[in-house]
Amino acid sequence: MSDILLRVTDLARTFDVSRPWLNRVLEGAPRQLLKAVDGVSFEIPRGQTFSLVGESGCGKSTVARLVVGLYRPSRGSISIDGSDLAAMSREQQQPVRRKLQMIFQDPYASLNPRWRVSSIIAEPILAHRILSDRTAIQKRVDELLRQVGLNPADGSKFPHEFSGGQRQRISIARALASKPEFLVCDEPTSALDVSVQAQILNLMKDLQRELQLTYLFISHNLAVVYHMSDTIGVMYLGRLVEVAPARTLFAAPQHPYSRLLLDTLPDLDMTGRERVPVAGEVPNPINPPTGCAFHPRCPLANDRCKRERPETKPAVTGTLVACHAVEEGRSQEMPAAA
Amino acid sequence: MRTNQAPLLEVKNLRVEFPTRRGTLVAVDDVSFSIAPGEVLGVVGESGAGKSLTGAAIIGLLEPPGRVAGGEIRLEGERIDRLPYEQMRRVRGKKIGAIFQDPLTSLNPLFTIGRQLTETILTHIDLSQTQARDRAIELLMEVGIPAADKRIDHYPHQFSGGMRQRVVIALALAANPKLIVADEPTTALDVSIQAQIIALLKKLCRDHGTAVMLVTHDMGVIAETADRVAVMYAGRIAEIGPVREVVKNPRHPYTVGLMGSIPTIGHDAERLTQIDGSMPRLTAIPRGCAFNPRCPHVAERCRTERPDLIDTGATEAACWRHADIRAAAAAE
Repeated sequence: MSDILLRVTDLARTFDVSRPWLNRVLEGAPRQLLKAVDGVSFEIPRGQTFSLVGESGCGKSTVARLVVGLYRPSRGSISIDGSDLAAMSREQQQPVRRKLQMIFQDPYASLNPRWRVSSIIAEPILAHRILSDRTAIQKRVDELLRQVGLNPADGSKFPHEFSGGQRQRISIARALASKPEFLVCDEPTSALDVSVQAQILNLMKDLQRELQLTYLFISHNLAVVYHMSDTIGVMYLGRLVEVAPARTLFAAPQHPYSRLLLDTLPDLDMTGRERVPVAGEVPNPINPPTGCAFHPRCPLANDRCKRERPETKPAVTGTLVACHAVEEGRSQEMPAAA
Repeated sequence: MRTNQAPLLEVKNLRVEFPTRRGTLVAVDDVSFSIAPGEVLGVVGESGAGKSLTGAAIIGLLEPPGRVAGGEIRLEGERIDRLPYEQMRRVRGKKIGAIFQDPLTSLNPLFTIGRQLTETILTHIDLSQTQARDRAIELLMEVGIPAADKRIDHYPHQFSGGMRQRVVIALALAANPKLIVADEPTTALDVSIQAQIIALLKKLCRDHGTAVMLVTHDMGVIAETADRVAVMYAGRIAEIGPVREVVKNPRHPYTVGLMGSIPTIGHDAERLTQIDGSMPRLTAIPRGCAFNPRCPHVAERCRTERPDLIDTGATEAACWRHADIRAAAAAE
């Protein structure tokens, strides 16, 4: 048992988004590849929360799906507890997969509407053959329902009888059923109202403490990420641009994109600070800009940024940054950052 | 600050009902507020609180069988809640502009944005075709669409989400309305685009002197944009007042809980404040104060008697116990 539960090395996933074969032959349409994730590396120590933030299309959900095995990586490796998943066959993966569960964003789409809640929660127990005795399974389901703050009597109901927050509790109970060590949470609270979001985030933190869970947490909400994480990775167009401990990232963001992203945070303390919106939009990932993908929106971009793609390098203590400006010490020139 | 002026919009005791087979659901109940010219009123609340329905009632776009069952809505002193369809259509667009959450559904995919803009302009303003087109290009430039004279002939699908929302804002502003009802205008957008759209909306309304009713669930957007804010709960206004007071110094226990449940940067609380339970369904609104089953300060009176908005000095809150709660907090 190592202290690093998940290690992702140079992970990449390319999707073929070309026109159909016939169109390519007749119209000479080119083959088009979308690099959804392009060389991402990070590791998560046991019992900690690592978060990926970024805007839509930056590849954060693709990373989550690669980690749980819903997609196969085009390149790179994912190792959980020291065993490399990509190198194993489906059967060999099974015992490792048991340690790994996922919570999805939409609690309406991720629960089968025709199943009773107890069958939904029991499914991982049966799939992984953890228990076989029917009364033992029922007992475990009741225990799981109680653990997520629901009533064991709720097991005989159907998903539509529950509110969004309660459904997310059911998803969490199902994820916990196989006694996992590692949960991948893809925007678990984005579909919920703030007061319900607070309930679910508190529940997830309590469970993490009780069961020593490790989380890979995906969200676009910076404040939620700050609240939940030990370490944060900021993604932009399929690459990690900055990896830093949560406090450090929010106190002193290094990469110009992180700085601009933090600047978009609403000002709930009412200090009267004017936001400086990031100009422009995320470019099309099919035709990403040359060099550093952020250069067209970056106030610090120079010729080198247009030509050469920056590699991820250690910057200040404990932080990894992929930026020429930071490396060259030009980053202080940036206007109006936090 | 603008309280002495005659209000632009006045909503009094508004009640929106949905008749169903199992009885009538009251989705908005006894809601009153006003908006001064040029003022931004934020309306926040969780799903089902009735905030969007209040907005829809004002622009006269309640989906049947929903209907305004009581109260009145006045724009510049004239009642607009019982106008015939055609007359309301003139008011909408000319005096009230609307911005909805999803920019793709507010635009017709079959027409160029230029055609949609000129049509709106020609409906409400007496201009020639070419003048209308010039005005459309001007509007597009104003909302920050690059190369507006070329982009005007493009179709909605050729724009990105943020650009589409800019086009929708241009449409809403086309006839220079006095009031814009914006229902979750930034919810479908990415954070960096959200900031752009909010900044744009703020600037344009300041330049044009347009009042805005900003409906959203995002307290952050309200804190940055609104002058005053109304917090809705289970179809009623729980608290209304200047944005600074409501955000920093809320009086109603629901607003207190709502503000505490928002994670904020720099507050290193291990747990967020949580309001247990969830908002009641419309079929089962509790007697007395609708918030009483979830309220940490509940007293006997709260269970039997429904509070109206009470002046607390800084805000108005529908809470019997606001003074006791403050006294207790001050004593700690």
